[in-house]
Amino acid sequence: MDNFELICPAGTPAALRAAVDAGADAVYLGFRDETNARNFPGLNFTRQDVADSVDYAHARRVEVYVAINTYPQAGNLGPWQKAVDDAARLKVDAVIMADPGLLAYAAKRHPDLRLHLSVQASAANVEAIRLYRDAFGVRRVVLPRVLTVPEIAKLNAEIDIETEVFVFGGLCPMAEGRCSLSSYATGLSPNKQGVCSPASHVRYEQRGGALASTLGGFTINVFGEGEQAGYPTLCKGRFVAGDGPAYLFEEPTSLNAMDLLPELKAAGVRALKIEGRQRGKAYIAAVVRAYREALETFAAGRPVPHIDLQAMVEGGTQTTGAYTRAWR
Amino acid sequence: MTASLTLGPVLFNWPVNRWRDFYARIADEAPVDTVVVGEIVCFKRAPFFAEAIGDVIERLTAAGKTVWLASPILVGSERERAAMRDLVTADAGLVEANDMGALALLAGRPHAVGPTINVYNEATLGWMAERGAVAVSLPAELPAATVAVLAKAGRELGVETEVQVWGRAPLAISARCYHARAHGLHKDGCQFVCGKDPDGMPVTTMDGQPFLTVNGTQTMSHGCLCLAAEMPALADMGVSRFRLSPQAMDMVRVAEAFRAVLDGRRDGAEVAAELGGLIDAPLVNGFYHDTAGALRVA
Repeated sequence: MDNFELICPAGTPAALRAAVDAGADAVYLGFRDETNARNFPGLNFTRQDVADSVDYAHARRVEVYVAINTYPQAGNLGPWQKAVDDAARLKVDAVIMADPGLLAYAAKRHPDLRLHLSVQASAANVEAIRLYRDAFGVRRVVLPRVLTVPEIAKLNAEIDIETEVFVFGGLCPMAEGRCSLSSYATGLSPNKQGVCSPASHVRYEQRGGALASTLGGFTINVFGEGEQAGYPTLCKGRFVAGDGPAYLFEEPTSLNAMDLLPELKAAGVRALKIEGRQRGKAYIAAVVRAYREALETFAAGRPVPHIDLQAMVEGGTQTTGAYTRAWR
Repeated sequence: MTASLTLGPVLFNWPVNRWRDFYARIADEAPVDTVVVGEIVCFKRAPFFAEAIGDVIERLTAAGKTVWLASPILVGSERERAAMRDLVTADAGLVEANDMGALALLAGRPHAVGPTINVYNEATLGWMAERGAVAVSLPAELPAATVAVLAKAGRELGVETEVQVWGRAPLAISARCYHARAHGLHKDGCQFVCGKDPDGMPVTTMDGQPFLTVNGTQTMSHGCLCLAAEMPALADMGVSRFRLSPQAMDMVRVAEAFRAVLDGRRDGAEVAAELGGLIDAPLVNGFYHDTAGALRVA
């Protein structure tokens, strides 16, 4: 039985080396602009960084994927097409994309370039996935976080391309690539600019003993004395709908599907993805090492170990998210 | 291409009698050209409308409306897939695809592309035109400069472009039901609590500021998108279809007002001022003006 491939994030060359050294099978990254969905200040790779990183990774038999997964701007396709051209030139192992127009460009211009469908395309059913395969030759789909494990198993039984699923890190409760919440509050969106709930629009206000966090002028949370304050990602905020304030969409929590490795294997999943290109190298090293250990133990036929990642999760809580039906 | 008005699908969970009566009145009185029907938000609601949809289509068609059938936004489960396939293969009318799965099944046949499919640039629009798209309703978050490029490309490709000019903006879709969650329920045992809110469930910040609207698995804006004043500019760009999204209000009056703007009989800003008094939400147009969607730019 082939082991899962472990796909790990990197926002900097140092993080990439940490992921490679900790046991990644592939590292995914983005160029330093709006062509990728983690377009944060101080993050991401110049062309030269990518060239050096590909050398480092390939020397250790680790692959490099480039995410070009925002939706190209009308009338300004150049930066996205150039990103695809450069990724091909720099001999990366795959590009991760969502936009049909850009996929068509890549398929036509670089027929040997391996194409993965980004989670931002939100392809959640057999028909949609087959469309991307047939139209563009997509070889792998990163599944949106809307499916249960049994649904993933059924889907894999009917498609003949690989599936990759998120197993750890930040969790969008909304179907990815189909969310304009950030755009509504700030004007900046994951699809257009590659940002969600951007720091440029975040303010913290002391209100007596309480600390309020706001995004685009909207209060996303108010933390009482002694409560740990978190970043105001819109869908992880506390709002009022009916009764008192509550985490209406999702608690501040992290996905951790390590306990589901047997089920994900039985469901035919090929690759496991760790979220967090915005994370530091220490975090990435710790999470990748833990998952590598779990995968090796599992591949050896022993029970999946219980590795403590509590220190690595947002708000100190973990969830298996949409993989289990009760989440809905 | 002559400009036309589209009434988008009812997104809220209205009792079936109210739903049927709504369309009867639209058929008889609303000056809209195309009516898009179908339950696109939640698969669990669809059976309620199944008994009435045949009558509704017949009534609207008899009144001279063009009727399109909308496919669901999120298709994951086997049952949702089966329903999507049935809709596309029934050949009961032109289908507006709201998911790439439906788009896949419609290849080679004339079809429309709904606003929850991501069409952000001319390359994607061209790809869709090649596959048989005849009209594309653009995502609400697109700014004017993008709309202009797409409308121009659409004219060259023979694809009509559409922009939503009235109604709360759809912002997100999820596998999770937030209506059920807010009521301490799971989606599987939701008791159809979304039916309590014919205009969606208001969501405010902890300061009491109105912010969003929850409609089951869908999250919408609190502000009501209104581009009445921007319609002449949109028409100049080449946008030929203008979408009204139903709210629990007098939609015949809304349609009449937008028709008057379209025909050049009334001023858009004046119409916005009138209609703003009819809905318990501020009017917003920020997306179009390339800023936060919640804002109103004069």
